[in-house]
Amino acid sequence: MKTFNKVFTVLVFIFLYIPMVVLLIASFNTGSDPAVFKGFTFHNYGELFRDGVLLPLLANSCILAVLSSLIATIIGTMAALGIHNMRPRKRSLYMAITNIPLTNPEIVTGVSLALLFAFFGQLMKMQSVLGFTTLLIAHITFNLPYVILSVMPKLSQMDPDLEDAAMDLGCNRRQAFFKVVIHEIMPGIISGALMSFTMSLDDFVISYFVYGPKFVTLPVEIYNYTKKPLQPKIYALFTLMFIVILLVMILMNVLQSRDYKSMRARRQALNTQKREGTEV
Amino acid sequence: MAESIIRLVGCSMAFDNETVLDNLDLNIADREFLTLLGPSGCGKTTTLRIIGGFLKPTVGDVLFEGKRINDVPPYERKVNTVFQRYALFPHLDVYENVAFGLRNRKLGEKEIDDRVTEMLEIVSLRGFEYRSTEQLSGGQQQRVAIARALVNRPKVLLLDEPLGALDLRLRKDMQQELKSIQQTLGITFVYVTHDQEEALAMSDTVVVMDHGRIQQIGTPEDIYNEPKNAFVADFIGESNILDGIMLEDYSVKFFGRRFTCVDSGFRKNEPVDVVIRPEDVDIVSAGEGQLTGTVTAVTFKGVHYDTIVDFHGFKWLIQTTKYNPVGSVIGIRLDPDDIHIMHRSEYSGLYGDYSSYSEEYDELNDPELFPEDITEEVQEVPAAEGGEKEGSERENG
Amino acid sequence: MKTARLTTPYLVWMILFTIVPLGIVIYFALTDSVTGQFTWENIARISNYGPIILKSIWLALLSSLLCLVIGYPVAYHIAQQKPSRQHFLYMLIMLPMCISFLLRTMAWVSLLDDTGIINNFIRALGLKPLPLIRTNAAVVLGMVYNYLPYMILPLYTVLVKIDPRLIEAAQDLGCNNGKTFRRVILPLSVPGVISGFTMVFVPAVSTFYISQKLGSSGTTLIGDVIESQFKAAYNPNLGAALSLALMVLVLICIGIMNRFSNGEEVVTL
Repeated sequence: MKTFNKVFTVLVFIFLYIPMVVLLIASFNTGSDPAVFKGFTFHNYGELFRDGVLLPLLANSCILAVLSSLIATIIGTMAALGIHNMRPRKRSLYMAITNIPLTNPEIVTGVSLALLFAFFGQLMKMQSVLGFTTLLIAHITFNLPYVILSVMPKLSQMDPDLEDAAMDLGCNRRQAFFKVVIHEIMPGIISGALMSFTMSLDDFVISYFVYGPKFVTLPVEIYNYTKKPLQPKIYALFTLMFIVILLVMILMNVLQSRDYKSMRARRQALNTQKREGTEV
Repeated sequence: MAESIIRLVGCSMAFDNETVLDNLDLNIADREFLTLLGPSGCGKTTTLRIIGGFLKPTVGDVLFEGKRINDVPPYERKVNTVFQRYALFPHLDVYENVAFGLRNRKLGEKEIDDRVTEMLEIVSLRGFEYRSTEQLSGGQQQRVAIARALVNRPKVLLLDEPLGALDLRLRKDMQQELKSIQQTLGITFVYVTHDQEEALAMSDTVVVMDHGRIQQIGTPEDIYNEPKNAFVADFIGESNILDGIMLEDYSVKFFGRRFTCVDSGFRKNEPVDVVIRPEDVDIVSAGEGQLTGTVTAVTFKGVHYDTIVDFHGFKWLIQTTKYNPVGSVIGIRLDPDDIHIMHRSEYSGLYGDYSSYSEEYDELNDPELFPEDITEEVQEVPAAEGGEKEGSERENG
Repeated sequence: MKTARLTTPYLVWMILFTIVPLGIVIYFALTDSVTGQFTWENIARISNYGPIILKSIWLALLSSLLCLVIGYPVAYHIAQQKPSRQHFLYMLIMLPMCISFLLRTMAWVSLLDDTGIINNFIRALGLKPLPLIRTNAAVVLGMVYNYLPYMILPLYTVLVKIDPRLIEAAQDLGCNNGKTFRRVILPLSVPGVISGFTMVFVPAVSTFYISQKLGSSGTTLIGDVIESQFKAAYNPNLGAALSLALMVLVLICIGIMNRFSNGEEVVTL
């Protein structure tokens, strides 16, 4: 059974990564059809950097991702703090609201926001309000639940006395948060922010319904590209983004394992404590 | 009574309609070592948190040196707390943990350094300044927590089961040390524990609590020797509690016999609870005894034998240094001051019968060990530390 | 104490941009596109799309089941590794989710196309090329490929939390490996199965890109119809009605799922 699982897992990983390999190889292909490898070249990367469209769109996506994840992290962390201190009934109401964007199909979220913005546009007698602001609002909306869901567990893992201890030693609630609590929940905040960032960077479905011609993101443009025969520079772009995301993931992994190590250190300290006793 | 530093007046506390504190009145004298003692859920920690400012009583007032402080937040109270699991800040080293309160008060770097160093000296942690708190042993973390609170020179130090996480030997050392710190610095300690031995050993005043109410306030000797009701008698040490009738002053009847006692002031023929401490009973030969019973179980406890004796179906715990085999018939003698009379209370009949005695009777108190077969009586018995209470009874009884 | 105020911005945000928009969807679904009058007509027209809706459900269910069958052994295998290896494998599962799914789907087009990599290979072997793309199977493959991580991750989260002593206890009480799995591990992993199933089913039933690229006109799904109502045909009222239908469908699905889980805590990522 174990060997079967192992072989099976390897096969599944191959399945998951085959398309990546295809795209990776295609980025170095002199021909434009990924199905036929004609020769090795860096030409596509040169094309990409000379291209006046894709890179600014990548910048657009990055600006959007940074801003939306930042705002979502702030609002979401505040909300998580508030929800954490709520009575169970009120708390489950808030968690239900948090779950709406998570369980709704993306296309429904996209459509509903598109209709909302169209409604706003009518109110303001404008042709279309779609653009950067609408994208930002949409991205913050779908990022918020991720921030809350990654901060909440850190709050419940935290020793509740820590906040009281800070207040006991002269901090008001605000100071207690910035001097003590934030250090404890930082791993949750960071992973929430990183998750938001990647979700936002990669979002296509929701953005597709709320973008306007004034501000286009990279995934939306890729969608428009894929309607025509693909240009090889897209593959080059994919390869670069793959590397960036790989680095972000490794960073997250390191952060997580550090978190894990410190948890283990604490547990070990507790154990030695129990074993010692006579010392001191 | 000495000048009171903290007063709780008619304090009640309810969470979600569940009463945790019930009309509590408490006077804490300046410079005393006062212990709130009771089983979990008795309201002792709630009381402490009200004093610390982390909770506001639903009804009632908290007075500090005569001034109402209900609405004063914790960071403006001249009170500091040592938390149950220490609550040391994991992102700060030992020095910065201790300096935390002083930095909040924006003291000069020199003064902070002097006071932190002095405090670390007092708790014998010089040389540990730059250690991470996670590298410290439990006892050391405990000291950091104490230093962190005391460095602010509070008028009152609140301690919430501070020794709960330490093992037995370390706990005994820390008890002595805490007591001596309290005496040296001359500040008020309000100490919360469920460990009666700890309470008796350290306190000037013990407040026994149950169901959100104060059951008895007094010196450790008072509490042990003159328990007010069956709950206190059972919670503090071991007790045989019998139904009796107070015939008149200095005369009580139980098991159909009249005994002379030292208590007075009861109504004529008032039904009462009679407390007899296991170590006060003298075992004599069957013929010489005031009562005669059969030994049903004997457990060697080191200093003494726990002997269970059946008197007319009611089983007593008797602690003697002499071994009496199971099945032997013995007599007992009670001196007048071995008998303590209490008024009947809601706790009457719940405690003090050793019929369900087993060799592990202390562990029976742990509901997780025997979830199925605990009787109601046993469930009511508060969790006490197994096996180590006898020593203190010797000292205090 | 006063921390409730901290949730105010969040609450306002969610009401404005989640709850109100859903209200607007309902409003559009119930009004006429031209006159703006109240009408049931959009709702009634949903029935025209019955076969498409059924097909969407069928393909999404099939994909979810395949994901479960494929994902379970993988999640189980990962959960049994050393912690550091677990983190690494977890990351490998997460990584594809972060890459544009449009491009990954395009890569499958290159693989499955009549003149794609696989058929080129088959031709090179001198065999007859296979009709791979523009089939139901290709659409299901695209769904399984895209959403498999959503199945593996919650399953892993549940499996890794199972106390190994429970397995030892089961063996001690006479279960062989198979029985231990059926009677202990599988029941304990039900919450992960539920949330994994939901997390695959919901995006799969509402997708529009995968079916466009890997399917044909015969594999038009409800997502495609909604998309075209907003982007091509521009009948937002009908689109809203179909979105509403999709939402209700998903809610029913989640409701059934939660019934299975007996109100147990549902695992999210």
